[in-house]
Amino acid sequence: MTRYLLVRALSLSLSLIVASVVIFAVIEVIPGDPAAFMLGLNATDESIANLRAELGLGGSLTERYANWITGMLRGDFGTSYTYRVPVAELILDRIWVSLPLAIFALILSTLIAIPVGVIAAATRGGAGDFSIMGATQLGIAVPNFWFAMLLVLLFAVTLQWFSAGGFPGWDNPAAALKALTLPAIALALPQASILARVMRSALIETLDQDYIRTARAKGLSRSQAIRRHALKNALIPVLTIIGLQFSFLLAGAIIIENVFFLPGLGRLIFQGITQRDLVVVESVTMLLVFAVIVVTFLVDIAYAIVDPRLRRR
Amino acid sequence: MNRLPFTLVVGSIITAFFVGTALLSLVWTPHDITELEISQRLQPASATYWLGTDQFGRDMVSMLMEGSRTSIAVALIAVGLGIVVGVPLGLAAAAARGSLLDEVIMRGNDLIFAFPSLVIAILITAVYGPSATNAIIAIGIFNIPVFARVARGGALPIWTLDYILAARTAGKSRARISAEHVLPNIANLLIVQATIQFSLGILAEAALSYVNLGAQPPTSSIGKMLAESQTMIYSNPSLAVLPGLAIVIMVLGLNLMGDGLRDALDPRLRRARG
Repeated sequence: MTRYLLVRALSLSLSLIVASVVIFAVIEVIPGDPAAFMLGLNATDESIANLRAELGLGGSLTERYANWITGMLRGDFGTSYTYRVPVAELILDRIWVSLPLAIFALILSTLIAIPVGVIAAATRGGAGDFSIMGATQLGIAVPNFWFAMLLVLLFAVTLQWFSAGGFPGWDNPAAALKALTLPAIALALPQASILARVMRSALIETLDQDYIRTARAKGLSRSQAIRRHALKNALIPVLTIIGLQFSFLLAGAIIIENVFFLPGLGRLIFQGITQRDLVVVESVTMLLVFAVIVVTFLVDIAYAIVDPRLRRR
Repeated sequence: MNRLPFTLVVGSIITAFFVGTALLSLVWTPHDITELEISQRLQPASATYWLGTDQFGRDMVSMLMEGSRTSIAVALIAVGLGIVVGVPLGLAAAAARGSLLDEVIMRGNDLIFAFPSLVIAILITAVYGPSATNAIIAIGIFNIPVFARVARGGALPIWTLDYILAARTAGKSRARISAEHVLPNIANLLIVQATIQFSLGILAEAALSYVNLGAQPPTSSIGKMLAESQTMIYSNPSLAVLPGLAIVIMVLGLNLMGDGLRDALDPRLRRARG
């Protein structure tokens, strides 16, 4: 296990280093002069020179990369050019929208997908299975941002149960959760469809195992066999997918935040792009990729703890 | 396989319909969408405008035809990019199993997977500006590791077979064996994967153009139609509903076709799917 952990940790740090180099290269090297890029065509030489000094573009590429990385490790993500505040402050402000949204969606998706997948597997080949599989086909084909618009149309415009967008802040937790409900449903639907299919096929595969036949031969009913023996084993691949979906949800939230005008990290990135604020784009992108890589790492570790067979490779 | 699977038939018909209208839009659409006729704005469906017009007086049918052409073109080229780069990488990794090359290719794949494709697209457009080409690159990059993985996974068991050993003793190089013996045997796998990636590509293109990171005017795209319809959702919901339905049906058709192809090409999988 120690060896496995060491290898995984090594590949984690390697991924993070390569990812940061790629982001740094795309944002700071390829456009030529980032300062000129940020200020656009009408910038004077003087203002470009000022911005260059402000961004610390005087040093060599290696120096700038090192400064960027060590800064982020200390929690210094640079200063936003348009907002004139530290990017770390902007992120801290907005992560309290994006993170709860992703978690909310993940919980919803899991709560829907697991029972639905189990029912489909238990009624395998029957009418229930058929309709569930049909519904998940549809769920996979629906773009989540369009589903979000339909939700707005139904629940905000027609029924007026929810507001069509915006976020009141966490001072009033009930109102905040309510504002996140439609976005979370929109995010959760396609993920739940995928997860339900994984749950179904994992359970079907487990039900074909010899030990389930033994359990049935001992006199357990089908549902008893599922509950006591099959479910636990079938949940292992499902847990992996749930872990991987979290990072997917964080990225998917970028678009859904735009549908509902939620002031999260996704809106921050898009404002950064339209305002050519490369400092914001660079740091927020790195943060998202960091989150994805670390979550994947944690899922791998959790997987190895649950299933010892995986530690050998 | 005396009978074609139902899903394959339905999926192929839907896909053929969308590909057909997309091709048709190259030479003919019911109306010209570059001409804005404000006097004809927000018309209901009629004999002249089969699905009505949008807020600029553009014919919805023509917009959808051209929009799905953009979706299909972007997704198709992105899949092509994934196959052309990914499959040789996967074949090389399988041919050199366990070597440094294999390790480098597979770890490189893992790394690309760590970047959500949307984040790649954002990075590219942040610097180069939004365009259909950048959307293709962003979606295509993400297809590379998918095809590399499928090709490697499919090729590994084939390398253990006797006729590969025979080919090797006959003096064929690993590259030649990969091309002549391994590739034809994993073609089915690749075709099925290509259908899946195609439908994912259409969804990704829609998402990118919805947040204005995809094709730019005058090119019509379904994602952009959805974005433009959003402010009109209270008064004219059909402007938001129709383009979305087009995407759903197109993606559904491709997914059904993929499922059907898998069943038709690999009878062994039929049992496993219950």
